[in-house]
Formats: sequence, C-alpha cells, structure tokens
Amino acid sequence: MTRESRGTLVIDVERCKGCELCIDACKPGVLSMTTESRNDMGYLYPELEPGCTACRACALICPDFVFQVWKYDEPVAAGEAA
Amino acid sequence: MTGVIDTSAPPSRPARLVDDFAPPLILPGAHQLCAGCGEPAAIRSVVEMIDELGLTARAVGVFGIGCYTSFSPGMDVEVLQALHGRAPSLATGLKRVQPRSIVFTVQGDGDMVNEGLQEVIHTAARGEPVTCIMLNNGVFGETGGHMTATTVIGQRTKNSLEGRDPKKHGYPIRMAEMLAPLDGVAYVARGATNNAGNIFQLRKMLRSALQAQADGLGFTFVEILTMCPTGWFLQTGEAPDYLEDKLQAYHKVGIIKDVSVP
Repeated sequence: MTRESRGTLVIDVERCKGCELCIDACKPGVLSMTTESRNDMGYLYPELEPGCTACRACALICPDFVFQVWKYDEPVAAGEAA
Repeated sequence: MTGVIDTSAPPSRPARLVDDFAPPLILPGAHQLCAGCGEPAAIRSVVEMIDELGLTARAVGVFGIGCYTSFSPGMDVEVLQALHGRAPSLATGLKRVQPRSIVFTVQGDGDMVNEGLQEVIHTAARGEPVTCIMLNNGVFGETGGHMTATTVIGQRTKNSLEGRDPKKHGYPIRMAEMLAPLDGVAYVARGATNNAGNIFQLRKMLRSALQAQADGLGFTFVEILTMCPTGWFLQTGEAPDYLEDKLQAYHKVGIIKDVSVP
C-alpha cells in the first residue's frame, strides 16, 4: 500500500555507521536498512519509502548526523513520483 | 512494498528545509564515536538550544574527560578543557571573571560522580550561576566500559559482568535528586536521548536551564541518560529499550526542581 508523503530526506549514506536507531525512531515506519548495499565503510544504511511526515525523529536521534529533512509545501500523493 | 525514494539530492518539488545534517554549531563528521551512541544527540541538543536562545557569542563550554571530549575541537563555541571532574570549578572561575558569559560544563557520569563529585556539590551549594550537564550512561565509556557510581543495579559492565550487585558494589548515586535540595540550586532536571519524544523534552529542559542561568537565578543542572551499546554489551538497536527499562527505572526522567515556577 502506498501512502502520501508530507516530507522527504536527503541521506548522507557515506557517514552512516549502520546503528539502526533511526529505524525504531521513525513513527510512520518508512525507513528500513539495506540488506545488500553497503557504504564505503562497509555498513548497511537506511532507505526511505513513501510516507515520510518530516517529523525529524530520525535526524534528532542519529549519532552521525546523516539526515537532512525537507517538508513539502504540498503533500505528494500516493503513487506519484517524488 | 513500494519503491525506495531517491534520497541522494534535495527534492525538486517546492519544499522547505526543516532539519539540516549537522546542527548550526557542530562541524559534520566532528566525532569518531561508536555506532548507536547517545552522546551526539545530547551535544546537538545543547548547542541548538544555545543557538535558539541567541547566546552563541556569550557561550563558553567547559569539557570534562570522556568520549564526548572528541566534540570539543569540532564545535563553533568557545571550549575550555578541564581536568577529570574539575569542570564545575573551572566554570566557576570563568563565570566570576566574565559574569556576562553563559558557562556550561559537559561531563560524563564517571567524570562528574566518580572523579570529581565534591567539585559539583560545592559549586551547587555556592549557587554559582553556571549550567552543569552530565551525560549519564552508567559506564566509563572512554576507558574501557567499567562501572561508575551511577551504574544501576543489575547493569552489566566490564567489572560487573554478572550485573551490579549492591552487596558487592554498593548502591548507585542519583545525582539530580542529590543536588536538588541544596539552596543555591535553581533548576534540576533529568532527560534522555533514547527516543524522539524524550529528546524534545530534553531540549525544553536545556532551554530552561540556560535561560535560568541567563536570568541569574543560580546553579542549574541537567542530567542526560545516553545509550552506550558498546559498554552495555548490546546490539545498537536494543540500547534505547534497555535505557528505558533499566536506567529510567532507577533514574526517573523529569523536572526535579524549578525555582522559576512558584
């Protein structure tokens, strides 16, 4: 099921140490860790699916300052390309 | 499962930035701490509240010795380095010489409670208008993860592998509750960095403490419970729940004293 997105992220995957704190912190549950891809340091990193609310929870808890949070002026409807 | 969104560049649609990578006063990549550490979120909250209150030009940090010390070269706030546990005394001298400055200390539980307990108690009792911030994770993280005076009963550390046993190791010290009854103390609170709700609450506490100092009300103290998955022998993802179940059960989160509220 797709959901509308009120915000989006820029993720600096190269700084991520793969601690997964953002996965539990994300209330809409739209962040998940990669299972195959790794960054240059060798860590798995988070990926975003549609449904972000720009609540900043991931950015606040991230020890490595990996997230940049953007809030859309108009929500992006489910299924529409971001 | 729907498709993954491209997060390599800012969105092309109209949008506003609500949270940049690193906070305004911290250099990106400023630290080399372990994955899953709770201290960067705490330091970030401190500097963001200083920035929000417009106190950046007047703020001076006094750092103790611990993992968090790796932030001191990467911060755009004046920083003084104190010896183990001596940060409150250095902050006292600084505040007396420069009364207009906003002085905050950053210390760990090992630094403040084990190595320099008398410093912070006397500073509080004298009512020095400084803000002491203690990052409490119950282990000496930097020197290998052994037990501190605030380690909770049953917590596993390098030298209490079966869990802290009060018969053998004594009972933990509740710093915030110990300092609150002193007359010179204006504000005491305890926050945590294990989830977004607690971080928002923590930011309000830090804001109140710094404001109380700017208003000259007296000594202010904020204790912050932080995760140390390395020292707790846990997977990084389990540490926030462990903090809630174990540490918060003994060290209760909340505002303990606030003289500005009648």
